[in-house]
Amino acid sequence: MTTSTKTVRGLGSARRGTEHHIRQRVSAIALVVLVPWFLYSVAFAMTGGYEGATQWVQAPVNAILFLLLVSAALYHMRLGLETVIEDYISRAGTKQALLIGNTFFVAVLFAAIVLSVLKLWIGGAA
Amino acid sequence: MVELTLPRNSKIGKGKVWPKPDGAAKTKAFKVYRYSPEEGGNPRWDTYWVDIEKCGPMVLDVLFYIKNKIDPTLAFRRSCREGVCGSCAMNIGGNNTIACTKGWDEVAGTSITIAPLPHLPVVKDLIPDLTNFYAQHAYVQPFLKTDTPAPEKEWAQTPDDRAELDGLYECILCASCSTSCPSYWWNGDKYLGPAALLQAYRWLIDSRDEATGDRLDDLEDPFKLYRCHTIMNCAQVCPKGLNPAKAIAKIKHMMVERMV
Repeated sequence: MTTSTKTVRGLGSARRGTEHHIRQRVSAIALVVLVPWFLYSVAFAMTGGYEGATQWVQAPVNAILFLLLVSAALYHMRLGLETVIEDYISRAGTKQALLIGNTFFVAVLFAAIVLSVLKLWIGGAA
Repeated sequence: MVELTLPRNSKIGKGKVWPKPDGAAKTKAFKVYRYSPEEGGNPRWDTYWVDIEKCGPMVLDVLFYIKNKIDPTLAFRRSCREGVCGSCAMNIGGNNTIACTKGWDEVAGTSITIAPLPHLPVVKDLIPDLTNFYAQHAYVQPFLKTDTPAPEKEWAQTPDDRAELDGLYECILCASCSTSCPSYWWNGDKYLGPAALLQAYRWLIDSRDEATGDRLDDLEDPFKLYRCHTIMNCAQVCPKGLNPAKAIAKIKHMMVERMV
């Protein structure tokens, strides 16, 4: 038995959340620019097949922008999934485990994509 | 925690279909949520036929017609019957609103459902338990806080400063907004909800209040404030035409402003 005042006050204000809010907005602004550029590239600037993708990535501007796109998208996804987990899972232990899993999952995806870009970059130069 | 189906003891069964009133030429069916903890069992939909030629224009008139002429055991809250007190907030035809200012002819369909505000414990029939909702209102300390000694007369405010409170002070705390918000459904114990946050902003933006920073401190939390995902149900249902989502966005602006 607890009073509703105790329930509402809970453990008090965490004094955080604004940083998350700002980061989500800033990564969204980056994606507003980078996603249309990427779609344009896939549709018009990239010729078909593995060869075409390799050639495209070997232009430094493309490689840099693509890595920025991947970083912004994965970071935005990590923040978004964090919010979804917090929304729907209320058991502290399960929630914390999923939040850790979310971060690790995104880190693994990031490493794999960066390695792929490097492979195309170096492989093409050799 | 998210609940996509009702708990077993809250599933709504078929209830009684009450007979049509004698000699009524034009009737309309109303399906009303009935639950009484004393009787036990699950809640049910009772169907009442209302003689619309002998009933006033509002849904509250319908409830009075039912209570006075058909079934005196029906329980609901009401007081001012003119959209000022917020007592008769309920879910009518699937939307939260106050029964006294909602015309039954505004609701589409051959039979109109009337249920208590969603996702709250039900005390009886159309009466929800609002204890938590009021505690959330108390949490934002909805009163003027100052350290400067009070002036001899009143705290002065320019007309422009006063105008900042328009669209905020009119809230009647009916709880239609908070109980229409999915974030409030899933995390109503931790998220303060649109009604309390609208009131929080009403004091944050008040030119006379000196506790702005403390107020922001108490709100800055991933759950208390940042569970608002601008779903906008709050603004859609508010029977006073207010926009709690906009007030919450402005609180977030203040949070950003004090950091960046």
